[in-house]
Amino acid sequence: MSVIGGVAAAGLQVLAVGAGAPLLIGVMRQVRARLEGRVGAGVGQPWRDLRKLMRKEPLSPRGTSEVFRIAPLILVATTLIVAAVVPLVTTASPLDSVADLFAVVALLTLGAVALALAGIDTGTAFGGMGASREMTIVALVEPTLLLAVLAVSVRVGSTNLSQIVTSTLDDPARVISPVTVLAATALAVAIIAETGRLPVDNPSTHLELTMVHEAMVLEYAGPDLALVEWASAMRLTVFLGLFAGLFAPWGIATSGSLAALAVALVVFMIKVAVLGVALAAGEVFLAKLRLFRVPELLAGSFVFALLAVVASFFLA
Amino acid sequence: MNPVGLSWAVALGGTVAAALAALAGPHRSRRVVVGVLTAISGAAGVAAGVGALTGSTFTVALPELLPLFGLRFHLDPLGGVFVAVTGGVTMAAAVYGIGYTRHGLDGRVAQAGVPVFVASMVLVPAAASVATFLVTWELMALTSLLLVLAEHRRRQQVAEAGLWYAVMTHLGLMAIMIGLVLLAAHAPDDGFAALRDAAGGLSPAMSATVFVTTLVGFSSKAGAVPLHAWLPRAHPEAPSHVSALMSAAMVSLGAYGIMRVGFDLLGGGPRWWWWLVLAIGVVSAVYGILQAAMSTDLKRMLGYSTTENMGLVLIGLGAGGMFAAAGQHVLAGLALAAALLHVINHAAFKTLLFLGAGSVLHATGTRDLDALGGLRDRMPATTALFGLGALGASALPPGNAFVSEWLLFQGLVHGLPNGGPGTYVVVPIAVAAVALTAGLAIATFVKAFGVGFLAKPRTDAAHRAVESPATMLVGMGLAGAVCAALALLPTRVVPALADAVAVTTPAVTRPAVEGDLTLRLVGVTGSLSPLLLTVTLLVAVVGTAAGVRLVATRRARRQARLWDCGAGPMSARMEYTATSFAEPLQRVFDDVIEPEQGVDVTHHRQSRYLVDTIVYRRRVPDRIERRLYQPVLALVRAWGVQGRRLANGSVHRYLGYGFCSIVVALVMLAVTWS
Repeated sequence: MSVIGGVAAAGLQVLAVGAGAPLLIGVMRQVRARLEGRVGAGVGQPWRDLRKLMRKEPLSPRGTSEVFRIAPLILVATTLIVAAVVPLVTTASPLDSVADLFAVVALLTLGAVALALAGIDTGTAFGGMGASREMTIVALVEPTLLLAVLAVSVRVGSTNLSQIVTSTLDDPARVISPVTVLAATALAVAIIAETGRLPVDNPSTHLELTMVHEAMVLEYAGPDLALVEWASAMRLTVFLGLFAGLFAPWGIATSGSLAALAVALVVFMIKVAVLGVALAAGEVFLAKLRLFRVPELLAGSFVFALLAVVASFFLA
Repeated sequence: MNPVGLSWAVALGGTVAAALAALAGPHRSRRVVVGVLTAISGAAGVAAGVGALTGSTFTVALPELLPLFGLRFHLDPLGGVFVAVTGGVTMAAAVYGIGYTRHGLDGRVAQAGVPVFVASMVLVPAAASVATFLVTWELMALTSLLLVLAEHRRRQQVAEAGLWYAVMTHLGLMAIMIGLVLLAAHAPDDGFAALRDAAGGLSPAMSATVFVTTLVGFSSKAGAVPLHAWLPRAHPEAPSHVSALMSAAMVSLGAYGIMRVGFDLLGGGPRWWWWLVLAIGVVSAVYGILQAAMSTDLKRMLGYSTTENMGLVLIGLGAGGMFAAAGQHVLAGLALAAALLHVINHAAFKTLLFLGAGSVLHATGTRDLDALGGLRDRMPATTALFGLGALGASALPPGNAFVSEWLLFQGLVHGLPNGGPGTYVVVPIAVAAVALTAGLAIATFVKAFGVGFLAKPRTDAAHRAVESPATMLVGMGLAGAVCAALALLPTRVVPALADAVAVTTPAVTRPAVEGDLTLRLVGVTGSLSPLLLTVTLLVAVVGTAAGVRLVATRRARRQARLWDCGAGPMSARMEYTATSFAEPLQRVFDDVIEPEQGVDVTHHRQSRYLVDTIVYRRRVPDRIERRLYQPVLALVRAWGVQGRRLANGSVHRYLGYGFCSIVVALVMLAVTWS
């Protein structure tokens, strides 16, 4: 595929993630509402919320600094870059040689760090509490995430995402192995923790005992809050897309033809929607874990990741 | 004399001139003259180091300077890396020192100590014989000890820190001396070239003994667990520019020693040597960062972070040695290049962070993070520079340590399938350790930067802080510029390290990476472009900001009240402190770090139901120190008490001791003479 084609395809990914992420959140909330016997606000509600927030007056809490104002921009920017790098629709992203899987993980962490610093910057107990909890979780998720990365990249011999995806597409039989199951389990737990879903964090709570992500962003309002909400939705989408791409890459376009790209886009949306619906349905049956039980969950997923790596050696 | 030798000589001459100026010059201009001369030496050191890296080596022998042995120096590419690191750190620290030493640190000894210390660190990597190495190593230990003690009149703890440092550094020296003398006993003379030739004829047991004893000494200098106990004591108590020199330059020489002896002199060795190094590295990295995450003393935290980073370097060295022993020279070159790059990166960001911590100490008089906060409004330049250093230290893009940790990861990832037997156990554990370290480092530096510099000031001292004088800012700015350059242009740095890697494992012929904008691994697949990634990040941030301006309402930004539950403005007492920030992590790692905490509740005199005061205590003692050092110290103390019986003051008895020792010495001589 030509460079221009690659740029266009990466742009398509960013557009798809940017426009689709609030819809994914809408679908997940709607599924949850229906399963709980409520009518629900409709799939478009997150987009309506974002529109409303964008029209509100921007507010800066007294005593906060530039860190507080720049953090949402960094959060959005890192997520957008990741959306351009990860092979969601195409394997020909021009940024593929710029950032590999490690860099993707680090970029997503950078967004979390920016938000944590903003939380501390407010100088409130809530902000500090959210930041402290988020950083604890990030510190514990990191080993699982990177070990799972190691497990999927060892069989390919590269950490560059397009190569991982292409090698699976070329040889689908490789995916069907215990390594994949173990790595997928570990990565799934890590993704749930990183995106702040149940049972690690409850995205719809505002109870001080349980908040993690919401505590950090409590002081945001108006367009700033819109950016944070949008970025959270995109992070979830990108993580689910990454998961789908690593373990079920079928449909991702390796050629530059428009038809292939269109098919890939549809397949990507279906995959992410399926994963999102599964996550939302699972959440209905789960209660949030106590914060100090979360490390046990993460330690469990860490063991899975370690087993995946060791298994990848034995089964190679 | 070639240009490398010339700049090396200029570096030494500059330090001598600075030391003389400090001792004999007038008090008024002392700080400026010493600072400028030392900075010039640093610049010359960088030139010499870079020159040596590009291939022009330099040799000098001074047989008359030291009786019996003489001094011999040879600056090769490996030594060049460390001379350049020392030079770079010196430039920043010397300029910074002009402003920092204004109050109380401008005495003759404290001023002369710094250039002599720098000179010793320029000499050690160039030493080419055992005697030269040991003499310069000891000079380095003594001058740094003198500088650690510089503020002993102000604080009680300085003396204790100095004692720990003096004892441990000399035990380390003894271990190195035993190892190197054992090696030199099998060679015709004590020059490194002769040792290299002789190492091939050593029995495996003997070369293993040499390696392990020197490893003990060098890992103690590198602050690796379990011989790290001096480091978190000495670094906080030293003046901050000296802390920077010690933590960024001197400690790295421990890694230099392992590379010089293990790889260069002994020529690699069996796999288990490097498993040992890797194990020390893993334990140091995880334990160091865990203690750093718990620490609320800013400089103590940075000290523990040094242990962590040296642990990462040792992981790189261990992996490199392991791959070299398995014959995987491409991977060995990759891991060793990662280790060297991490030495350089660590030196850059740790210099910046220690100088930043010094500025905070200078402005507020405290190192306690729980007492800081709100410095961003009062010291904006220091805050920005410390933030840059913290970004580097937390190994996130676009920081500089991200690149070296990425290289280290690549070495481990590619080493897993073909690194030789045993790697499938060792490598996943190493990866997990590096990953856990990376995660905890992020939490640690978010704590240091967020709690220390953002939010509201927690005490009057933090409230009254003012920005540092210009020289201190320039010193930090230099270190910050180097951090930024290393973060953006590693493509210029890593290929230059190829010659240094070739010194350690001659089979490595090609640089580990190639490419102008993108780091492309050579021999294995993998690429990363820190420069383009940073540019993309900036474009994305600017683009998002522009998009928001376009879409969002045009109303002006307004100040609003913080959410205070309607209870009025919140006080600084309600903020999270460094202690509370680290509390969840402390609970998670409860079993590993064993914190001591307790709550004392004093009830009211009249009624048990009324509470008068509540006192909460928390201390995170160094567990390894308590378990490992306390028994040894108790034993030594018990011996001392027992030994008192021998000395009862009777002169006859002492004469008897003397007689007995002479007899024993003569008998030993008679037995061993043949």
